[in-house]
Amino acid sequence: MHPRDLLNEAMAGLLARPVRSVLTTLGTVLGITTLVVTLGVAATAGNQIVGRFDELTATSVTVEVPENPFPLVDWADVGRVTRLRGVVSAAALAESDQSANLSVRSNDMVDPTRVTDQTLTVVASGPGLPAAVKGRMVEGRYFDAGHIARGDKVVVLGRHAADMLGITRLERAPAVFIGTQAYTVIGVLDDLKREKSLASAVMLPPAVGRRYGLSTVTRVLVNTGLGAAELIAEQAPAALSPGNEALLQVISPSSPTRARDAVEGDVNALFLILGLVSLVVGAVGIANVTLVTVMERIAEIGLRRALGAARRHIAAQFLLESTLTGLTGGIVGASVGIVVVVAVCAAKQWTPVLDVRLAVMAPAAGAVVGLLAGLYPALRAARMEPVNALR
Amino acid sequence: MPEPVILLDDLTKEFPTDPPVRALSAVNLRVERSDYVAIVGPSGSGKSTLLNMLGLLDRPTSGSYRLDGIETTMLKDSARTTVRGSRIGFVFQSFHLLPHRSVLENVMLAEVYGRGSRKGRRERALRALERVRLSHRVEFLPGRMSGGERQRAAIARALMGEPALLLCDEPTGNLDSRNTHAVLDLFGELRAQGMTIVVITHENEVSERAARRVRITDGTLAEE
Ligand SMILES: Nc1ncnc2c1ncn2[C@@H]1O[C@H](COP(=O)(O)OP(=O)(O)OP(=O)(O)O)[C@@H](O)[C@H]1O
Ligand SMILES: [Mg+2]
Repeated sequence: MHPRDLLNEAMAGLLARPVRSVLTTLGTVLGITTLVVTLGVAATAGNQIVGRFDELTATSVTVEVPENPFPLVDWADVGRVTRLRGVVSAAALAESDQSANLSVRSNDMVDPTRVTDQTLTVVASGPGLPAAVKGRMVEGRYFDAGHIARGDKVVVLGRHAADMLGITRLERAPAVFIGTQAYTVIGVLDDLKREKSLASAVMLPPAVGRRYGLSTVTRVLVNTGLGAAELIAEQAPAALSPGNEALLQVISPSSPTRARDAVEGDVNALFLILGLVSLVVGAVGIANVTLVTVMERIAEIGLRRALGAARRHIAAQFLLESTLTGLTGGIVGASVGIVVVVAVCAAKQWTPVLDVRLAVMAPAAGAVVGLLAGLYPALRAARMEPVNALR
Repeated sequence: MPEPVILLDDLTKEFPTDPPVRALSAVNLRVERSDYVAIVGPSGSGKSTLLNMLGLLDRPTSGSYRLDGIETTMLKDSARTTVRGSRIGFVFQSFHLLPHRSVLENVMLAEVYGRGSRKGRRERALRALERVRLSHRVEFLPGRMSGGERQRAAIARALMGEPALLLCDEPTGNLDSRNTHAVLDLFGELRAQGMTIVVITHENEVSERAARRVRITDGTLAEE
């Protein structure tokens, strides 16, 4: 039998009952659509999360310095981290329980009798802090090495702290009081991407922080280039405190691929099962209808046997019919699935991420479903004795 | 002397029911080329069983059947299928045309399972339709034709591939007398062209037109 003839006969068999053939594909369409949408949305969403993850977390490394009889990290040691390849910015911070709730006061410049009194967190930091928290000086400037060296009594306020203290402009060099000590406000820091709580804090140079228990470095914030975080996480402790690196704790982002896999895994597991269940239902549907078709076409099978068709020819025709049904379901399902993924992405303003292999694999999966579903009906058809079929 | 188209030698068919039914008992039959034989008999006499034997649709219990010089009882299933497809043209009472295919496609179907080339198939089918005078119905669906036309289409399909034997099972059973005559006239013509025809029938009209009549009674044959 010529393959073209086999294809002809199978196509004619399907087209003889077009409505039934279309309805038979529906289960497979549903299953393949679910699978494609699941895989497509998961990949896209996963990619989306990695995108955000990259910006915020994937480049953030934090080194925590535990309390120790002698300081493990000196303020100046941060410079060695900054010089590491892959480090974009770094700054040291000193925080203490004692300084977490200090009373901070400001005089209203217009009406000095009006006093604003707030409980705020006071921290000491090195000069690189605005860059290290990816913030922006909205007023004035941050203290520099000169302020630190001279022991100038200056502070920078987080934007929120400045608002609470009623300080909006710096032209007249407003002062704040921590306890009884006055400090000149030289800048306001805003738009922090990391350590957002610092927006409500008062930042001091290390030299003046000493009196609030802020003499030793407790944390070092490091920002790395994309992809450098893991390496820097390894190198930073040794750069900060040679010989004591084991005592430092590093908090680094989990690798982005792992994060994406985790996201995809979660979304996929549930919907993949859903898609596979739909596929099984689709297969059962095809098997059912093909079996009914075989029973309806007993006379046709008898005729074909009388015309010289061998059992394998009969089996091949019904197998091909069910495979074509599954293939059609797969193609339609893949197309619908891709349209849905693109629509979801358009609605969410995501960039659709679709594996091109899906465009081939999905129809192939449909065809395999059809093939498997056709096995039993085809066997039944082939087993039929011509005498009985023609009766 | 040339081989006969059909040579049955003590052919027996027993159905293994309880008790067993001997539908054909030691049947002998010889049909020469260009013969036109009618097999007649009452209901339950074994006509269909004999047709199934002659058409290689079922196997005998014992005896031998030579078709066109080939001993068929020893053949494997697949070889019997090949012989059936190439040497026998079937004509059924209920036509057995595929309803969704045109007359031409139905006729061409006869060559789908053969070893022949696809090339020229259409022309051969058109020629067969010409022989049964259906050239004007080539693109018709079977449902839009009369019973006589349908049976002529089925005969055209049976003629494809020049079979050694035209095996007809009550070919006029579903036809009115006018169409019956048309089909019987066609058998006469085909026989004149050298075709060997075996017709199973219980209609006198049909058996009278045949050259030979063989009566089957309780599984045994007798020439009339
Ligand atoms: N598959 C079978 N199993 C058992 N017995 C059978 C089978 N087929 C036929 N028979 C029996 O064999 C005998 C001959 O049957 P067959 O069908 O050949 O008769 P027939 O001459 O064709 O009758 P009719 O004119 O009614 O079609 C009958 O007694 C029938 O009951
Ligand atoms: Mg009968």
